[in-house]
Amino acid sequence: MDGTDNASFLTSRLEEAIGWARKYSIFQYPFVTACCGMEYMATACSHYDVDRFGAGFPRFSPRQADVLFVVGTISHKIAPALRRIYDQMAEPKWVVAFGVCTCTGGFYDNYATVMGIDTILPVDVYIPGCPPRPEMVLDGLMKLQERIQGTRKTGKRPPPEPRPDIFQP
Amino acid sequence: MNAASLIDSVVQRFPDAVSASHSYRGDATLVLRPQFLVVVAQFLKQDPALAMNFLMDLTAVDYSAFGTRPTPAFFSSSGVAVRPSTQIPDPDPWAGPPNGVRFTVVYHLFSLVHKHRLRLVVPLEEAVEEVDSLTSLWPGANWLEREVWDMFGIRFRGHPDLKRILMYDEFEGHPLRKDYPVKKRQPLIGPVN
Repeated sequence: MDGTDNASFLTSRLEEAIGWARKYSIFQYPFVTACCGMEYMATACSHYDVDRFGAGFPRFSPRQADVLFVVGTISHKIAPALRRIYDQMAEPKWVVAFGVCTCTGGFYDNYATVMGIDTILPVDVYIPGCPPRPEMVLDGLMKLQERIQGTRKTGKRPPPEPRPDIFQP
Repeated sequence: MNAASLIDSVVQRFPDAVSASHSYRGDATLVLRPQFLVVVAQFLKQDPALAMNFLMDLTAVDYSAFGTRPTPAFFSSSGVAVRPSTQIPDPDPWAGPPNGVRFTVVYHLFSLVHKHRLRLVVPLEEAVEEVDSLTSLWPGANWLEREVWDMFGIRFRGHPDLKRILMYDEFEGHPLRKDYPVKKRQPLIGPVN
């Protein structure tokens, strides 16, 4: 084993340790606009308890947050504010689309609603459902943790998930 | 005061102002000529026998697509198509707007003193799209009239601050008009989908 391999072995172990630390200390920014917020609160509180996953500490300043939870319908009027909040967050940062309205627009198809927040910012994890069950939220949270860990393993941000198909009757 | 006597008291006082009236299941409706709106509303509010001191709602209807599509079946909560019982007399009192009318502005009034209600309907000629503001009588009409302006594009003469209330300033057009395209998007950021 020569020196370079040894060095890369050490760095990769270090990266893995940093990824492990990061995925269990998520500071989340809940951007709550609609009824999904109730389900978000149900998940965050003691019955389901996101603190088990190290994500129990919501920050209400985007500059201190790691993960942007977009919870609820986004209208065209509020979309610039959401984009601004995303821009204010410091790297590394992740985005979770919580609820079907944020994933695709949901059952809204009108003049006022953004048809999926991925049209205005990159999304890491989609949690569909109207609203999603807490189990789905926790599943999404664990998927997000895998991505956070994976970012450190490869040194590169994994490509965003493909957008779910929209059913057009 | 019941529906019939409400209608009578207005018709007797303003015989020229009321072009039609009906009552349906106890709710009285007056169809007014637009130029008489403010005087009739003032009378309704200030007459002690009527005392309509609460403007419950103010909205508008776009009749430009009225009657062009068949009425959908009425569905019960179980999803089964049902018809109302034939035991209930159900004459439809509203035959549609008069010819040449595209919008009607609708006012729902309630008297907190006497607990009676009255609906005013003001048909507007297609070329006009303007009606007198009632903000001088009910301050609550301010935001309701702004909403009607925002959604339907009907102007209110004498409104203190007639600007959009729900949509953003860059928005073009009035989304609840029947000729606003259903699929049209005007995003502030992001692609036009």
